[in-house]
Amino acid sequence: MTDATGSLVRMQGVEKVFRRGSEQIHVLHQLDLEIASGEFLALMGPSGSGKTTLLNLLAGLDRPTRGSVEVGEQRIDRMSQRQLARWRARHVGLVFQFYNLLPVLSAARNVELPLLLVPLSRRQRQQQVATALDIVGLAHRARHQPSQLSGGEQQRVGIARALVTDPTLILADEPTGDLDRKTGDGILDLLAALQREHGKTIVMVTHDPHAAARAQRTLHLLDGQLSPEMAA
Amino acid sequence: MKYLGLLLANFRRHRIRALLTVLSIVVAFVLFGYLAAIDKAFEMGVEVAGADRLVVRHKVAIIQPLPQSYEREIEQIAGVVDATHASWFGGIYQDPRNFFGQFPVKPEEFLAMYPEMLLPAAQREAWLATRTGAVAGRTIAERYGWEVGDRIPIQATIWRPKGGGNTWEFDLVGIYDGAEKETDTTLFLFRYDYFEENRAFGSGNVGWYYIRVADPGRSAQVAAAVDAAFANSPAETKTETEGAFVQGFAEQAGNVGAIVVAILSAVFVTILLVAGNTMAQAVRERTRELGVLKALGFSNGQVLGLVLAESCLLAVVGGGLGLALGWMLVAAGDPTGGALPMFFYPVEDLLRGVLFVVLLGVAAGLLPALQATRLRPVEALRRE
Repeated sequence: MTDATGSLVRMQGVEKVFRRGSEQIHVLHQLDLEIASGEFLALMGPSGSGKTTLLNLLAGLDRPTRGSVEVGEQRIDRMSQRQLARWRARHVGLVFQFYNLLPVLSAARNVELPLLLVPLSRRQRQQQVATALDIVGLAHRARHQPSQLSGGEQQRVGIARALVTDPTLILADEPTGDLDRKTGDGILDLLAALQREHGKTIVMVTHDPHAAARAQRTLHLLDGQLSPEMAA
Repeated sequence: MKYLGLLLANFRRHRIRALLTVLSIVVAFVLFGYLAAIDKAFEMGVEVAGADRLVVRHKVAIIQPLPQSYEREIEQIAGVVDATHASWFGGIYQDPRNFFGQFPVKPEEFLAMYPEMLLPAAQREAWLATRTGAVAGRTIAERYGWEVGDRIPIQATIWRPKGGGNTWEFDLVGIYDGAEKETDTTLFLFRYDYFEENRAFGSGNVGWYYIRVADPGRSAQVAAAVDAAFANSPAETKTETEGAFVQGFAEQAGNVGAIVVAILSAVFVTILLVAGNTMAQAVRERTRELGVLKALGFSNGQVLGLVLAESCLLAVVGGGLGLALGWMLVAAGDPTGGALPMFFYPVEDLLRGVLFVVLLGVAAGLLPALQATRLRPVEALRRE
């Protein structure tokens, strides 16, 4: 999915403007960004700086007002809603701050959800779910409901759900924001392992410098613009 | 099928609410089946009425008798093939709640007029040979455990016998079956000559006449000719097709079809609101979860399908149970104890019920489903 330069993600001249009545709120300004394939990137910045907006543009959950967003060789800013949904199902894994597991489904069923969108047999789905839960160390908790799991375990299930389709890109929005330091470290270890051992490209939004330090590269977003890169 | 687990899991979310909604749908479809059977019972006589049969009754009211002498005159009218008569007996068998129609008739003429009543030849001969003989329909015979050879006592409420007392005794010489499912097999028929000789009053009168016409296309002209023949007599007549006669008889209880439609319309509108409200609440409570599904890659069409499937599942479970329960209740028998001679669940109404189940599912889920498709995942994920 990478281009000739080895970049997986390329954003050029991206602007994002929200309208609130007659008021225009410029969240992102002329933003350029390249993310290499297999890179673990942290995005930091204060609240309202546009981190989550940037992540949503990368996930195809939102479109830029201007500029282009290319992932692999596909211009996702030009895709229809239907095309974007299909693209997300195949190429993107999302990890949320508050896990966003469906409370009525077991851990395994939650992990299986993205696989319902791809043509696989039940047996194949079960195998992939088992593998994903094994990677995050929760094979033994497969039948448990989210309410029976700790916060850290729920986030691991969320990560298993994000990687079960073997996506190219994993986007994590404050994945440790709701966890204590020790549990958060476990989640960061897991994300780092996914990048290191499975070659995943990971973009993580965080407030926490400690979490950002685990990434290979950290970018700061301030007033809608990326600040110079800082060494990891 | 792969989404079934997800659909069923959603029902576990608010079990009481799902159960109550399903129960309300069950009640609606039980009522649907039961009322359909009642409506059918009332219109059945109209449906099976012979196209070539007319009924002649007193112009004032059906309870007014007509002279027996009219039969010969009617048979002289052009276009009339045959005529026979019947009268309302209105007796009681053992208990006033045991309601069924009893009619004194001329056996040969009546059986010729109603070929759909199938009586074995030997029993027919026995009836012609036995003055106190009577035949009963299969339904009524089975209901009271009658067998050929039984003596059936009927207490008179109108026609007391000459000899004193009020009990008439009949020898059951035959049991008839219907040629079709809709044929009335709840009648008790006995000989008019026996009735005529033994009744304490009213001799020489009958209740009404049946006419078979040569050409059903000329029924109106024949009816007019019959009524003209008895115009300005002490017992003027009103002649109509058997279908119109039965319908008029049924409508003495009101326009049952219109009442049934009104009740069912009210019930279904209410159920639609109940089920629609359940689905709207379900979607509203799950805004964030639907946002997650969309973020994971579920398309608008898939989300629409999921919500509609959930709504349809609710309707199918409730409606299916309701239709089945309604079927069982109707099969258990006529709730009036015999006032509705034909009481069964019409197949066409069952199919209509299945269609209503699907329509209910779609209608209840459509608005919430469209609402779900309009959700933008970014906004839905922000909701608490």
